[in-house]
Amino acid sequence: MTYAKREDGRKFDELRPMEAKVGVIPRADGSAMFKIGKTIAYAAVYGPKALHPTHLRNPETGIIRCNYNMMSFSGSGDRIRPGPSRRSKEINLVMAKALSPVMDLSDYPNTVVDVFVELLQTDAGTRCAGITAASLALADAGIAMKDLVVAFAVGKVGDKVVVDLDYSEESFEEGATDIPIAVMPRTGKLTLLQLDGDITREEIKEALEKSKKAVKQLYDVQKEALKAKYEEK
Amino acid sequence: MPNEIKKYVQKLIAKGVREDGRKMDEYRDIKIEYNVSAKSAEGSARVTIGDTVVVAGIKLDMGTPFPDRPGEGTIMVNAELLPLSSPDFESGPPSIESIELSRVVDRGIRESKAIDFTKLCVKKGEKVWLVFIDIYPINDAGNLFDAAALAAMAALTTARFPKYDEKTELVDYYTRTDKPLELEKKPISITVLKIGDKILVDPTDREWKAYDARITVASLENGNISAMQKGGETPLSPEEIDKMIELGIAKAKELRKVLDKK
Repeated sequence: MTYAKREDGRKFDELRPMEAKVGVIPRADGSAMFKIGKTIAYAAVYGPKALHPTHLRNPETGIIRCNYNMMSFSGSGDRIRPGPSRRSKEINLVMAKALSPVMDLSDYPNTVVDVFVELLQTDAGTRCAGITAASLALADAGIAMKDLVVAFAVGKVGDKVVVDLDYSEESFEEGATDIPIAVMPRTGKLTLLQLDGDITREEIKEALEKSKKAVKQLYDVQKEALKAKYEEK
Repeated sequence: MPNEIKKYVQKLIAKGVREDGRKMDEYRDIKIEYNVSAKSAEGSARVTIGDTVVVAGIKLDMGTPFPDRPGEGTIMVNAELLPLSSPDFESGPPSIESIELSRVVDRGIRESKAIDFTKLCVKKGEKVWLVFIDIYPINDAGNLFDAAALAAMAALTTARFPKYDEKTELVDYYTRTDKPLELEKKPISITVLKIGDKILVDPTDREWKAYDARITVASLENGNISAMQKGGETPLSPEEIDKMIELGIAKAKELRKVLDKK
């Protein structure tokens, strides 16, 4: 059960190397590319715009709608059939729930903000990379936000509590627990929490404690990316 | 797109002027990046033409041959016009535009015999390699046809076969061999637009919406043509078609240089 050392040499509370860039899709209202390790996500935002079908409209506020997709060649192993799956539909739901707490669309009743996330290459942590990219794209679109949202996984590999599991860790033979989280950096509150595996309450506490440094680091990467767009010009 | 913009673009072109100041036969800057999804795809590339960005990835899978072609593998081209890449594209089942795009890219590769399908045969009548070519625009700033075809070819040049275990009859995607997917030829597609009485290449997304007719010409090193597709509702004379083909072949030479620079 012991997991003495991470394969890629990272410390147990260390994120993989990251890269972020905003404005990569000029035709979108806002966009971003976010890379963490070998996972690469593009995000684009369109809206607020009139919502169709109309029965989904909310006269009190605009809503956020997410659309997550892995490119057919981006999985581990076989080609992925194009089109939505039960998995991607659930991810759409939890992504929207992870992002909506930082949004205030009450000035835009009956509208939708569409968020599209496409994965070019994956090595675990795709929904988290998608949320991190989407948060950047929303900010790039100039939509009012109370905070950014950062997302990554914490969990347990063998006997060790770790931050940011890659695919080899997620599929660790002797057992792994994956806990994708999204955090609002300014308050430290969570907007996404899922878990699958086998872990104690104390270990979850430890994992969330260990996540704090990573939240700050990822938040800095996001802020730098947003600033960089305007410094170039 | 509002009619005013379309009319504006058409009026400019009639004066011999393009929105971004290019000449009618001038391409935007082209960049090809290879192995952009190397972890999982057997081959991949990202093509940038001006602001247009398209990625393509290759997956190689073992399958059964068609009964009438027992000794041949095949290719399958799939292009998805992602709503991520343009406000004009919507989620849902493949649109007719994405099907046309897939099929035009498919024919350019298939009909040129760029890939020798008999070399994809592992066991006649039973096991053949299937080459999946998946194409996704990231930003649609026009000319997706040429960018998609170029991305597909660039991705194919990087493809390496995964290991195949003949005993278990399973593909081991985690072990890639050094064996490349051999390309016999490299077809290059150029789409020539007719707007008013002018012909031009490499349209922006606004020019794309203002065309009267278009022809996509896939041509080879020797200038031969392996696939064509006319689009638009305006008829073309044989003389016009000849001129458009001439321009298509000439521009293909330029793109070929970029592809061969690898």
